[in-house]
Amino acid sequence: MSLLQTILFDGITYASWLFVVALGLTLVFGVLKILNIAHGSFYAIGAYAGASLVGWVLSMKVSPALGVVALVMAAVGVAALVAPLTERGLLRMFYGRDEVLLVLVTYAMFLMLEDVMKMIWGVNPYYVSDTYQAFGNIELGGLSYVTYDILLIGVALLCGLLTWWVLNRTRTGKIVTAVIHSPEVASSMGVRISHVYAGAFTAGVFLAALGGALTAPMISVQPGLSVGVIITSFAVVIIGGLGSIEGAAIGALVVGLARAASVHLWPPAELFSIYVVMAVILVFKPEGLFQRIQARKI
Amino acid sequence: MNAPTTRQPVLSAQGLQRSFGAVVAAADVCIDIQQGERLCLIGSNGAGKTTFVNMITGYLKPTAGRILLAGEDITQRSPREITLKGVARSFQIPQLYLHMSVLDNVLAAWHANQGSRHFLRPAHDADSVARSMDLLERFGLQSLAMQTVRELPGGVRKLLDIAMALTGQPKLLLLDEPTSGVSADEKYATMDTVVQAIERSQEQVSVVFVEHDMDIVRRYASRVAAFYSGRVIADGQAEQVITDPEVQRHVTGLAPASRSPSAHSAHREATV
Amino acid sequence: MPSLYFVPQSATRLMTLGLLGFVGLMLFGYFSPKWVVSLATLSLANGLVSLGILIMMRSGVVPFGQGLVFAAGGYAAALAFNHLGVRDALLLCLLGGVAALLVAAPFAPLLARYRGIFFAMLTLALSMVMYGVLMKSESLGGSDGFNVSRPTLFGMLAPESRPELLLWSVTAFFTCLLASLVRLYCNSSRGLLSLAVRENELRVEYLGSSVVNVVAWNYVLAAFLGGVGGALSVLALGHIEPNFSYWTTSGEFVFVAILAGQHSVLAILASSFLLELVRSFSSSYFPNTWQFSLGLFLLLVIRFLPDGLGSLAQKLPMRRARPVPPLGGTAP
Repeated sequence: MSLLQTILFDGITYASWLFVVALGLTLVFGVLKILNIAHGSFYAIGAYAGASLVGWVLSMKVSPALGVVALVMAAVGVAALVAPLTERGLLRMFYGRDEVLLVLVTYAMFLMLEDVMKMIWGVNPYYVSDTYQAFGNIELGGLSYVTYDILLIGVALLCGLLTWWVLNRTRTGKIVTAVIHSPEVASSMGVRISHVYAGAFTAGVFLAALGGALTAPMISVQPGLSVGVIITSFAVVIIGGLGSIEGAAIGALVVGLARAASVHLWPPAELFSIYVVMAVILVFKPEGLFQRIQARKI
Repeated sequence: MNAPTTRQPVLSAQGLQRSFGAVVAAADVCIDIQQGERLCLIGSNGAGKTTFVNMITGYLKPTAGRILLAGEDITQRSPREITLKGVARSFQIPQLYLHMSVLDNVLAAWHANQGSRHFLRPAHDADSVARSMDLLERFGLQSLAMQTVRELPGGVRKLLDIAMALTGQPKLLLLDEPTSGVSADEKYATMDTVVQAIERSQEQVSVVFVEHDMDIVRRYASRVAAFYSGRVIADGQAEQVITDPEVQRHVTGLAPASRSPSAHSAHREATV
Repeated sequence: MPSLYFVPQSATRLMTLGLLGFVGLMLFGYFSPKWVVSLATLSLANGLVSLGILIMMRSGVVPFGQGLVFAAGGYAAALAFNHLGVRDALLLCLLGGVAALLVAAPFAPLLARYRGIFFAMLTLALSMVMYGVLMKSESLGGSDGFNVSRPTLFGMLAPESRPELLLWSVTAFFTCLLASLVRLYCNSSRGLLSLAVRENELRVEYLGSSVVNVVAWNYVLAAFLGGVGGALSVLALGHIEPNFSYWTTSGEFVFVAILAGQHSVLAILASSFLLELVRSFSSSYFPNTWQFSLGLFLLLVIRFLPDGLGSLAQKLPMRRARPVPPLGGTAP
């Protein structure tokens, strides 16, 4: 595999799960206007839940390929349980407050969830790499790829297309779009804003958890996962534009490729290259590459 | 001021042009504001009065024309620079520091005008407080000095808004609808307070105010300029302008006003 | 009328209070066990960074990237110690403050044009760039960082029996001095102007002052404070590493600022001490629940005490402070 192909592939696979996660983040921001620091925690919960469920499923001597189903189910479970708890139980008390204050509320949530995860899953790492290898390799264009990676890319595309389709081609999507543009007007038209908020938040949690669950076989699932994911997904949505689906995709690609390029070409740049891009975008085009909201700037 | 014999106008707007897409907000607007005048701008909504005010305060830039402040070209200057040169304005919706006290609002206005150089000099030193209280007293607001602005009614907020504009001892004061939002029976009292407060300033202040109520215009304006579709269609003595047929057609409405005491009502206002 | 204000009437009085505070802290240090003094040193060093955040919050912006200046000050002091042979603690702290100021100053006019989330994200991005650079620079120790040994004061080494007191006295000095100056600044005309900027920027511009100027200067002042805090931390820990610039470090400084509220300098220092105390006890006894408690506490404060702990003092009858804008827009 040539260097370029390696970089491209690495970048795209990295971008795939990052896109899924960032999509959730940008969706929550678009609808609820909250930049959720705890989004990374949902990712981690998804990873832990996925790892646990896969571990349990595999212990029943079924094909490791079924592990993927378990991972997705884990994400669904996380969304079903955690989303209502955090949104209705916690976040709802702070709606309408200053946007920065809400970020601080999500920061507090992040702190709490870190320990909740430790309490549930302990501090030792989980490994479920069997599922990663389960599908073997696949030949594409004369080169060999791990099938799981291709699967990940597929899932990312599916999520993106599905979200786009729901928002643009369904009645629910129109309602959600209305709420994105103006909750007050939508509310006066009879839309139950609280339901839309809850729904969007649940979707966001699901996407984060899905990203976490699907990457669980590729990493060691341990405390501290959320911390790196939060900051990277922030970079993605800022670069792409808060509230924009296309932005999440482009942002994820930019970040994924930048990281892959740095790792292979100039390792010292690996860590800061993303944040330089983020800063440059903020300076020159703060709304991100796909403008959805106006930056508060004077 | 450097010309002792020829009275240079405080502000001279020459040939101002400005459009917003297809809407012409200013078409060859020429107005000179003389020292000590009380000029009132009348016209229906969208006629160009607020655009004019925004241009001379630097918020908008005309696409053509010049604005001279005591001879100096200020057309391209920022609102801040223009303020520091002696032009102050009040706002139709009062722009105040809502969670601060009335006194602090005035103090902050006072300090903003001084050019914020003082990192350690106290905000509440005796001199500043005395001056601020003095100003509040001119507006009859001294008893409310410690109240938070948020808790105060609209009429008081209007007065405070105007008081803050006076902290900089401006040469030219622009009042954007000083009686809008004030209940009908309080309009005269408000204007009386404002006019008296301005008159007690040390320097002579020229005033431009935007107004819809013709009774107020008659009573307080020394001169009136009527706007329509971005043009000044009449400019002169109050009674002259108000009874001008063009003005009656486009601004005030045709029927002359009756003078019964209780007739100071909303539908006499010159809104279209 | 002015007698109703809770405002120290003069700079002299404030400086006297600062001096008394210094004496008080010195006595406290002398009569306390070593671990308390070490804890207090670290918490006051961190408190200085939060003090800078307080200044910025009072003009309407919340920075999420003070790790930048914290690390800048820390690395500057550490490098000066190891490579320039500067050993005096006072000098090192000053160096740290100045270095941080120089790092921050070029960004100040740019940052000052942003508000809300974008200001927060831009400061965050800058601090993470610094983090990335530090992690990968071998000459600065990379991800491990490097150590510094004990500083001196006016040429003298720390006393053998109570070595922590040397750094404590420097900490106490800077804390009292800078805290007094910050209080003076908040009471000054510029301080009032900052509050006005937070309330209504449009009006401030229309009254003749530059909003960008006010916010930029606040950022620079906060940078100096952050740099001094960073230098003190390095000397207290004997070690510096890129984590000083990581977003979680920045988050903690904001945490303390929110907890304390923006009315009281003392509240900031007290809250910082509280955080260090909780952290230090919890990591020994409750390593897996202290973050939970902190998060919960923060939520409770945001929900019920939006003006922070410092506002509790405001409610006491003898301290009828003048109305000041609350953080976070409309109060509940």
